Amino acid sequence: MSDDRIVEQGLGQDAAPGDEPQDAGSGIAQGLLSYLVGLGLAVLLTVTSFYLAGSDLVWRPSIPVALVVLAIAQMGVHLVFFLHITTGPENTNNVMALGFGVLIVFLLIGGSLWIMAHLNQNMMPMNQIMQMQH
Amino acid sequence: MTAVPFSTGEADPYRRGQGPGHGQGHGHAVGRGDGGPAPKRVVVGYGFWIFLLSDIVMFSAFFASYAVLAGQTAGGPSGHDLFDQRNAAVETACLLASSFTCGMASLACEVKNRLWFYAAMAVTCGLGLAFLGLEANEFVSFIVRGAGPTRSAFLSAFFTLVGCHGLHVSAGILWLLTMMAQVFAKGFRADIERRILCFALFWHALDIIWVALFTVVYLLGAAA
Repeated sequence: MSDDRIVEQGLGQDAAPGDEPQDAGSGIAQGLLSYLVGLGLAVLLTVTSFYLAGSDLVWRPSIPVALVVLAIAQMGVHLVFFLHITTGPENTNNVMALGFGVLIVFLLIGGSLWIMAHLNQNMMPMNQIMQMQH
Repeated sequence: MTAVPFSTGEADPYRRGQGPGHGQGHGHAVGRGDGGPAPKRVVVGYGFWIFLLSDIVMFSAFFASYAVLAGQTAGGPSGHDLFDQRNAAVETACLLASSFTCGMASLACEVKNRLWFYAAMAVTCGLGLAFLGLEANEFVSFIVRGAGPTRSAFLSAFFTLVGCHGLHVSAGILWLLTMMAQVFAKGFRADIERRILCFALFWHALDIIWVALFTVVYLLGAAA
């Protein structure tokens, strides 16, 4: 492969997070379209979240799960359309860092909730602790 | 990426260092130790991305403490009594719209159009200030009703989490004004453009944190 072709196709060059995909074509119109699509999807997901939270439309115990799923979907929309994190080879480093960050976040939040739930379950009831102190 | 790896007969399309292409030297930086360091814009953006992820990890600790303490109201008001979903919805709208106008500022920076850059940044600043005003208003109304951060473990965790996000937004607005001043004084120089890239990443990341925040605090809190 000649060097010219590498430059032309953006192959083999890394992209900074926030950079537009290099095959997007003619600059500003494509960029504007990307932000508009992102805004539309984000508004749709947000409105759905707020509507579901106070409605009887679906089975009530399922609402928290639905809200969490909608939030994760919206974070994905923000990452793709606003932060321009893609799966292209020029974005590998950014995706790897994101993956590590997400792993730590899940370990931290999931681990805390798991451990604290078990501690609560195994703790002596509060009135018994009070009696032991006298 | 328009090239299809197998149909073009290219040996190593994803630069994994496999195949016959490896070892002959690439003319361009690929960020895997071949061909020298990546361009400065890529290195700066990547470094700032790492900072943002570490910031998100810090927020996840606040989220974890909030989730653990959300039920510990010590006889005081719970989230169901306090939270106003309409207020949260308007705050969300402000932040989402500001994220969009921040994207417009990035585009204006790309084509080096000062007028559109100033206009988009000014709208972003206004929406950010509106968000902060609503949040401050909410905090004051809680404290006046005797639900300040000292009332219960739940409220301590709430004020820490939401207040920390508010502090980030305040810092973002200061940075935004700084970038407007720098473009005014120095124009769209390469180093200024890198700073604008980092600012845009910061502002979009704040919006991502707010998505988690309004879901966990306001929607799940009011539903429970």
